[in-house]
Amino acid sequence: MSESQFRKPTSRRAFLGGSAAAAVAVGAGAARAAGPDPLITEVQDWAAGLGEGVDATPYGLPIRFEDDVIRRNVEWLTADTISSINFTPIHALDGTITPQGCAFERHHSGAIELRKEDYRLMINGMVETPLIFTYEDLTRFPRENHVYFCECAANSGMEWAGAQLNGAQFTHGMIHNMEYTGVPLRTILEEAGYNGEGKWVYVEGADASSNGRSIPMEKALDDVLVAFKANGEALRKEHGYPVRLVVPGWEGNLWIKWLRRVEVTDAPVESREETSKYTDTLADGTSRKWTWEMDAKSVVTSPSPQSPIPHGPGPLVITGLAWSGRGAITRVDVSKDGGRTWETARLARAGEARALTRFYLDTEWDGSEMLLQSRAMDETGYVQPSKAALREVRGENSIYHNNGIQTWWVRESGEAENVEVS
Amino acid sequence: MSRYREWVVLGLCLGLAGPAMAGQYDLGRPALPEEIAAWDLDVHPDGTGLPAGQGSVKDGERLFSARCAACHGEFAEGVGNWPELAGGEDTLADKDPVKTVGSYWPYLSTVWDYVHRSMPFGDAQSLSDDEVYAITAYILYSNYLVEEDFVLSQENFLEVAMPNADGFIVDDREEAESHFWQDAPCMEDCKDSVEITMRARVLDVTPEDEGEDGAAEEAVEVAATEETAAPDPELVAEGEKVFRKCKACHQVGEGAKNRVGPHLNGVVGRAAGAVEGFRYSKPLETAAADGLVWTEDALAAFLADPRGFLKGTKMAFAGLKSEEDRAAIAAYLATFE
Repeated sequence: MSESQFRKPTSRRAFLGGSAAAAVAVGAGAARAAGPDPLITEVQDWAAGLGEGVDATPYGLPIRFEDDVIRRNVEWLTADTISSINFTPIHALDGTITPQGCAFERHHSGAIELRKEDYRLMINGMVETPLIFTYEDLTRFPRENHVYFCECAANSGMEWAGAQLNGAQFTHGMIHNMEYTGVPLRTILEEAGYNGEGKWVYVEGADASSNGRSIPMEKALDDVLVAFKANGEALRKEHGYPVRLVVPGWEGNLWIKWLRRVEVTDAPVESREETSKYTDTLADGTSRKWTWEMDAKSVVTSPSPQSPIPHGPGPLVITGLAWSGRGAITRVDVSKDGGRTWETARLARAGEARALTRFYLDTEWDGSEMLLQSRAMDETGYVQPSKAALREVRGENSIYHNNGIQTWWVRESGEAENVEVS
Repeated sequence: MSRYREWVVLGLCLGLAGPAMAGQYDLGRPALPEEIAAWDLDVHPDGTGLPAGQGSVKDGERLFSARCAACHGEFAEGVGNWPELAGGEDTLADKDPVKTVGSYWPYLSTVWDYVHRSMPFGDAQSLSDDEVYAITAYILYSNYLVEEDFVLSQENFLEVAMPNADGFIVDDREEAESHFWQDAPCMEDCKDSVEITMRARVLDVTPEDEGEDGAAEEAVEVAATEETAAPDPELVAEGEKVFRKCKACHQVGEGAKNRVGPHLNGVVGRAAGAVEGFRYSKPLETAAADGLVWTEDALAAFLADPRGFLKGTKMAFAGLKSEEDRAAIAAYLATFE
């Protein structure tokens, strides 16, 4: 058996070529075997020989055939990868939990290495007793588990002026969804004797950017978590090991990594990240600030430009993700004709508040072109708007919070492209 | 110490068992004033947190050139993709607004606070309070917001008017976008026609996978680096030009001092990490301990890809892509002993 049978096509282009040819060969209807399949009739190496022993990989990465399912960067976006962002390969994932190893990263001064032993959390400001906690102290408070999405406010930000990046990973990949284990910030504030006086908290990271944001106390006491585990294991370095803040439903910049300080204040600090950045400039030049909540949004992850249809007409699973910072997703509609008609997709599980929801539209593809769209609705009755409707209110210069409906132009070949439609 | 803690201590002293109070776990320890002072640095718009001090535009210009201009440009105009800090007035309603301290930032406190805590990139918290005042003053000056002889201080800080101070509104999405909340979105005949109006492929800015080409090609081109006894004056002159990219952080020649980077007198052939009084990054210290010497080859490799060569280096410089530039720099630096 030659090695080449194991190998995935070396590039996306090769894959597209191969799949298009296969689609033509198979045509409509069920496939019929031209002859016996040697993969079945011949004894394969893996069926005769032995695989790796249990100690071959003490901590495993995905099998090499999946080595294209990785975070990717768009080099021209930022001056330097140290202060930059990359994108989750959402086009290749299913379900809702994002594996930590391919969950997008955003750093302002690089991913630092901070040992648990060197970790300190300070609570100061308008509290009875300013306190210092070690990592171990945090593990002694009662803790909770919650699944939440974390979306960068700039997700889809490059698409404000029109279709730019050709792939769901690039248009919608500044998002991940993990199960967090942590202590409610409320518990920690109360431990320091918060008495209801301060109306804000200022939260700050330990890295050189000292990224800091002001959060109104109402939110801080509601569902904010001081988290130290994600998907059951320690946070990854790039996600703030050993401790990060989780601010459910609110923009990712607030989810302070390497959290080192929480200060109770009477007013917002108006830090760099909440004035010069993460403010949304409208068409008339005024800018919205404190746009913390992430609006309801969805995207078809497959088919999509990086995940073309690899087969001909017949059964086709259209799938995607939906989420809302205001609560649970209640419904997702899918259109195949650019928004002229819609059908309601199936939610894999009932939507959970501020977490990703997976939707499927199990359909019969007739092999013709499609203009695929998805439209999310949340429990507050918010309906994901079209890009045109969004631009009508906000113009094209907002940078942040672009939750407009995405369109993929799926061709007869199964290839897809990021387009905008009238 | 919290009242509860005192009470528990008292209780223990009296030999009483302290019943647990709701929400109190007696975890952590009180923060010391010195610890709070070290970390609680944020400055509010009303000046809360601003330390005493002052700095002039004149001093700021010199400091900015040395500590900031490598990324932000001599006139705060920004280099490459790095942020521009000056200009852009009256552009916020344009197609591509230019958002700078002068055109966009609503509070001066944010500038002082950010420079103080987070800048320079790769050497944060290395500026004194007076230096931060001076740099802030220079940024104001580069935005035509103060005069050349201006001195910024804790006393006059709140008097500086920021042009876009009133340019912000609090999130009003629930009112301005209330029409996005609807009971029954359209399901049939929602549009008369659908036309494709824009295609991402036409723009062609999506990164391609597999970067096999490119990087390898440069490596193929092997320069014949024959040792020559005397420096090639043309190459040295070329190197002096290239060194402009380095000057913001590194000094050479008589009286050269350490700035953002160490002085580079005698660097060629010298052991790495050996300049006295310079605080090197840990990775560089480790490499130095492992015997790294700045031979021409090592320098060339470092300069080709600083962070690839030395992961974690403080040098916030993208590198010199051209082989000729690297050779020229090495020739130029070799003239300083």
